Amino acid sequence: MSVAAFYAWIGVGLCVLGLFGFIMHRHLVRRLLAFNIMGSGSFLLLVGLAQDDRGVDPVPQAMVLTGIVVAVASTALALVVFRRWFRVSGESILPEDV
Amino acid sequence: MIRLLAALFACLTVSVVLVVAIINRSLPEGNLPAQVAERLPETGVSHAVTAVLLDFRSYDTLLEVAVLLVAVVVAMALREAQPDGPDRMGLANPLLRAVVSWLLPLMLLVAAYLLWAGSSMPGGAFQAGAVLAAAGVLLRLAGVGFNWMEHPMRLRVVLAAGLAVFVAVGTGCLIAGRAFLDYPPKFAGSLILFIECAVTLSIALALVSLLQLAPPQEDGPLLPERRRRFRK
Repeated sequence: MSVAAFYAWIGVGLCVLGLFGFIMHRHLVRRLLAFNIMGSGSFLLLVGLAQDDRGVDPVPQAMVLTGIVVAVASTALALVVFRRWFRVSGESILPEDV
Repeated sequence: MIRLLAALFACLTVSVVLVVAIINRSLPEGNLPAQVAERLPETGVSHAVTAVLLDFRSYDTLLEVAVLLVAVVVAMALREAQPDGPDRMGLANPLLRAVVSWLLPLMLLVAAYLLWAGSSMPGGAFQAGAVLAAAGVLLRLAGVGFNWMEHPMRLRVVLAAGLAVFVAVGTGCLIAGRAFLDYPPKFAGSLILFIECAVTLSIALALVSLLQLAPPQEDGPLLPERRRRFRK
């Protein structure tokens, strides 16, 4: 197993771990963390699969770079919305959540 | 209990699907890295990732800059009217101030270097913007206010500058008779650097203002009370 494939498998593990945390936790900040772990897993998966013995394909790398910036922006936005929600309701979970 | 079962079921399904998909994936037919390397001279930059980001797939990058701008706009819209008062974000820590004054020139230098290095080696607008934003956040935490950021018009102009320059260059290509964002090969390198400069500033300011727009709340509930509420 090459190093790149190893990264891809780690990415699969992170994706599944993040999904588990995302379903299990109700606290919004924990959910956001789980969501970010899932995102990191998919980035690792993309970068890990995009290389073989002929070299590295730069297109998925550039897309992951784009993805990281979008993930940072969405995390910051989610935190702003969560804080606002906490401010108006005093809750850190959503009422629809069972 | 149901939650745990549902989570385990979802994780098991997703992991099986992912593993099967990875094992049975179809390998690309052509030699993709070689294809990118072949078209690299047309882009005016010599690093493949920068070429992909700002030339081959510049639409992605354009929309990414737009996403960042939208995030800041929403954060601005959700911002509460903060009463004028003492700065509550700065930590009154002399050590932090001293370290920041040492680190700041270095961070500015690294940001400029990353921006310049982007055309020929790993680096570029996003990395430079992130370093610049980190410098801004450190400054903010050390209690240094950005007076010029209080001016709403100035802040908005710099925030939008990255997207505006990007769209302007793309439209310029249209006017010159090419496709949108299809730079003429002669000026491609300098156009990319120009876009990157504007995008760096916008990204850095966007990240800093996302922090700035959510200041600590003085009259928010205290921590023990919050904990009690969460346990309930």
